[in-house]
Amino acid sequence: MSMTKLITEPNILDQDTFYAELINAQRQLSDEQAESMVFKLALILCNHVGDRQVLRDAIELARDNTLAYAK
Amino acid sequence: MFQTYQAPKYKYQVSQEQLHQAVKRHPVVIVGAGPVGLTQALDLASRGVASVVLDEDNTVSVGSRAVCYAKRTLEIWDRLGLGEEFANRGIQWKVGKVFFKDDLAYQFDLLPEEEHKMPAMINFQQYHLEERLVKACADSGMVDLRWNHKILSLKQADSHVSLNVETPDGIYKIEADWLVACDGANSSIRGMVGAEFSGQYFQDRFLIADVVMKANFPTERWFWFDPAFHKNQSVLLHKQSDNVWRIDFQLGWNADPVEAKKPENVIPLIQAMLGKDAEFELEWVSVYQFACRRIDNFRHHRVLFAGDSAHQVSPFGARGANSGVQDCDNLGWKLQAVLQGQAPISLLDSYHEERSYAADDNIGHSTRATDFITPKSRTSTKLRNAVLELASSQLFARPLVNSGRLSKPTPYLNSSLNTLDTDDFQSSMLPGTNCTDAPVMVNGQPTWLLNQLYAGFTLLSFGAGATPVQIGSIRAEVLEEGKDLIDVKGLLKTRFDGRPGTVYLIRPDQHVAARWRQFDVKAIQQAIQRSLTVTA
Repeated sequence: MSMTKLITEPNILDQDTFYAELINAQRQLSDEQAESMVFKLALILCNHVGDRQVLRDAIELARDNTLAYAK
Repeated sequence: MFQTYQAPKYKYQVSQEQLHQAVKRHPVVIVGAGPVGLTQALDLASRGVASVVLDEDNTVSVGSRAVCYAKRTLEIWDRLGLGEEFANRGIQWKVGKVFFKDDLAYQFDLLPEEEHKMPAMINFQQYHLEERLVKACADSGMVDLRWNHKILSLKQADSHVSLNVETPDGIYKIEADWLVACDGANSSIRGMVGAEFSGQYFQDRFLIADVVMKANFPTERWFWFDPAFHKNQSVLLHKQSDNVWRIDFQLGWNADPVEAKKPENVIPLIQAMLGKDAEFELEWVSVYQFACRRIDNFRHHRVLFAGDSAHQVSPFGARGANSGVQDCDNLGWKLQAVLQGQAPISLLDSYHEERSYAADDNIGHSTRATDFITPKSRTSTKLRNAVLELASSQLFARPLVNSGRLSKPTPYLNSSLNTLDTDDFQSSMLPGTNCTDAPVMVNGQPTWLLNQLYAGFTLLSFGAGATPVQIGSIRAEVLEEGKDLIDVKGLLKTRFDGRPGTVYLIRPDQHVAARWRQFDVKAIQQAIQRSLTVTA
């Protein structure tokens, strides 16, 4: 059993430049391509994490957060 | 349409019972002479149990239908004397290629471990298979195959089932101790016993075509996601024998099934795929939708369900006919033991326990493949396409590509018939697992482990020390490595972790019931009783 937990505290150093990199990566992509890029990014990171419980918790968090805003 | 195959018309014959209006009680009546019903009859015949098979038609399958037969299924037919012939007549393959648009996204190899008698997979038209099974049933002398016999109604009594059967000569009554319903996904028997058959329906329609052509495609399974020749849909290509190729085209939700299968609509689809100048003939075309569902219970009192009547899957993964044949493998020896008074009727509940577990496994694989192949939303489609685009260059994405996970037998790891390990083993042959094959020598001749297992219980013993074990009327015979068979290549010992003294108790369906590091009569007797649901 892995003891790794989904990290929900801030964990990215220099968050503003990270976010800029994420946005800049979409430059010169159509909306369609940018969307595809985000999907691929999710898949790449899921594979990097690997831990099924962490992935499950992350999927749940993303879904719950989305539903919470769906009024 | 062009025909490479002339279906036999089997002769209807009036039965003696109908002729003399004398009701007869049979130990087993099987409904449906498809691959599952015929295999069940042959399996029972091999165990000395006579059966009557009733089929409302008088011929074999129209079109190739179930095409791919997996190793475990071939091993079961090999136990019935037909495995070598099917392996030789079928088209053997192990490589699958998956294309996205025009590029190869991913290639897989079924990677059959070397040194097994049967190949990983063959393609073989269902009509060829059925015709051969019909002949084997006739040759057995134990199967009374009655064509043009339709079941009108069924009544369960405490000790038997009675059936009203309609033939060209009218209606007559048959009784059976046990009825095995192998009458397919639209089983009428299921309705007659009030069984539930529930699950998930899929909206997409698929066109399935048998195409006769001389083509140079390699003997591989080719699957396309969104190819240029059939945009936004999937296509599957399989080679069969006699230059017949099987092509499945996804048509989407809105296709008109009647229009879609008209040759003037099918031919352009195939020309788009093969080129305008390709020479081919259509042999059979059908349009289908599918569902993934299973029956509530494989046993309804005196009626047992096997094959598509008990479980239905999508075609991706070849899990329909394969799992049906594996149902027969599980049911045959249990019916024999109950009929011969060696086991209580509760043994037949373990048929439901083990095979519903397998059905759920197959349905899970089949549903997941279908959801990948036919995404249900725009976002799912984009996510699926992201996987496919990544797969061509990124190793990590390749296992996510799911064009169907091909049929493998489900080990009954949690079965109540198993005796759990108490000793330490470095082998995947856990109780509940079907025995893997291995090459051995017998009397100086090369042969295979599975061909050496007994029809009843086998004690596979590594080295001397084991003797036959009797409990009640059941006797487990010894197969001793080093004496009865020689492990010349060392693979038997490796695959079973067969250190000296090791003993495996193997069920009549070649599944492991228990295993120990030393021979122990009392433990073996208890394990045999457990696998027969006999309470001491």
